[in-house]
Amino acid sequence: MRDETGSPAAAVDTAVAAYALRLGDDALIASHRLAELVARAPQLEEDVALSNISLDLLGQARSLLSYAGRTEEQLTGVLRTEDDLAYLRDEAQFVNCRLVELPNTDFAYTVVRQMLFSGYAFELYSALTRSADETFAGIAGKAVKEVSYHRDHAAQWAVRLGDGTGESSGRMASALEAAWPYVDELFAGDDVTRIIAGAGIGPDPADLRPAWDAFVDGALAEAELRRPQVPAVTGLAGMGGRDGVHTEAFGYLLAEMQHLHRSHPGAAW
Amino acid sequence: MQDEAGHGLYLYSAAETLGADRAELLDLLHQGRQRYSSIFNYPTLNWADVGAIGWLVDGAAITNQVPLCRCSYGPYARAMVRICKEESFHQRQGFEILHVLAHGTSAQRAMAQNAVDRWYWPSLMMFGPPDAESAHSEQSMAYKIKRFSNDDLRQRFVDMIVPQADALGLTLPDPDLRWNAERGHYDFGPIDWAEFKQVLKGNGPCNRQRLAHRRAAHAEGAWVREAARAHAAKRAAREEREGSAA
Amino acid sequence: MSERMDDWPLWEVFVRARRGLSHVHVGSLHAADAEHALRNARDLYTRRQEGVSVWVVPAARITASAPEEKGAFFDPADDKVYRHPTFYTVPEGVEHL
Repeated sequence: MRDETGSPAAAVDTAVAAYALRLGDDALIASHRLAELVARAPQLEEDVALSNISLDLLGQARSLLSYAGRTEEQLTGVLRTEDDLAYLRDEAQFVNCRLVELPNTDFAYTVVRQMLFSGYAFELYSALTRSADETFAGIAGKAVKEVSYHRDHAAQWAVRLGDGTGESSGRMASALEAAWPYVDELFAGDDVTRIIAGAGIGPDPADLRPAWDAFVDGALAEAELRRPQVPAVTGLAGMGGRDGVHTEAFGYLLAEMQHLHRSHPGAAW
Repeated sequence: MQDEAGHGLYLYSAAETLGADRAELLDLLHQGRQRYSSIFNYPTLNWADVGAIGWLVDGAAITNQVPLCRCSYGPYARAMVRICKEESFHQRQGFEILHVLAHGTSAQRAMAQNAVDRWYWPSLMMFGPPDAESAHSEQSMAYKIKRFSNDDLRQRFVDMIVPQADALGLTLPDPDLRWNAERGHYDFGPIDWAEFKQVLKGNGPCNRQRLAHRRAAHAEGAWVREAARAHAAKRAAREEREGSAA
Repeated sequence: MSERMDDWPLWEVFVRARRGLSHVHVGSLHAADAEHALRNARDLYTRRQEGVSVWVVPAARITASAPEEKGAFFDPADDKVYRHPTFYTVPEGVEHL
């Protein structure tokens, strides 16, 4: 069904497409960063564990990007598939938060990134299980179980490393300092989230923060680590990941992820 | 790749039932004193390689390993059952990847043929040297660890993949490959055993990179393994204190 | 087995495939502690819907009978055929026995 552009229903559909796209991008980029670690984890068991998490996230990304494409098609009449969206957009068209694109500087960076992100994803998908939008509610029902495990995996590692050796706790403190400036972006609202929240489709991101704070503070306390006292990173002319402005490391990630697909325009895989 | 890490783990576990220690086995590997399959010293250059590796390399692995599921050592045999199930998924996935490429654009088709050209001979070498020259075969057969000879398994593999290559529409790079009605098997050309020996000696295309990667990953993970161990010890001590105080 | 600080202890893994079945030994793994072992077991041994419940046991805590004691342990049961129901004869026509 196609609404006339400019109608309230079309505004909601536009927001739904944009919202599915940013959630899908978060999952896709988080998945890719974890996949980079397969065959270079600290122990064989962890190679398998990290790739399990990566594959969960890839599954979420596929559902969300497909939904973004289908919703967009209703508005534009042109379908972009999950592959089109993953492989044929440039950096500035990706709307993931910058936290998920931060590189795997060492295992502590990976653990911190995963803990902060899956803590957020858990609250987000918990809220989305109650979405007025059936597709989001369905995706969230499956995803919330997955990210609950991811959150637990990361929190346990945070405790082991935070309360492990002098070296490991030092590395965790550095990783927290590096990742923390990107936390506020997870909970920032904009026009998309306002429409989504107004339509009962998803939460106001700011509402997820108290539960996230409680989870992270609990994990940090058990890990004998402290919240780093570092401010949020500034935007570029007020823009961040949700506006397509990313970190320098991101282009290299996309280059690797998209190279094959783009080298063979129009080919099927 | 995830499954392959798992396979390494299952087999190290089987070795550990004999009293070996994984950390020591890894040390031997990193020092170049523990052999791994020659196949892993060849480069993976493009997406079609993922297909060719699944179809040929994992296909060869299955041919080798299915008989091992019934070998005389239980822990090894049980690990092999699990591994073969997973490898057969890889083999089919690899075949499907190549099938899509072979029926895609001309560039995709060329990519698939190129990958098969590079992986065919190394996959035949995976069965090990000819029976007459195999150093360990006789003993392994006597212990019923190995149940079929290298040459028998290699023949079985060639007989299996020739019709599959036809179905893909790809050419196996062996001009001598033809059906021998008298033997009831495909004849195939001579394998370059000089190359095989050089690869085993460490002079293959990727030997140095592969070992360097393993060493680096292991070294980079040392602080993590130590920290987890230290944390477990601290926690055990705390629990003991709390237990004795109670 | 040598104790090394950069290595983790060995755990044995038991998986229950379905409700109603018992846990069966499926393999082993390395982990720093019990919680870690449980999670590793989930990721390693139940990726393809193999289980609904997992046990992990430190390998060092398992006490096993020794192969060389096999005779003394198990052979004495060989001649106790009267422990099996088929040992007993039942008159023809008697059912449910």
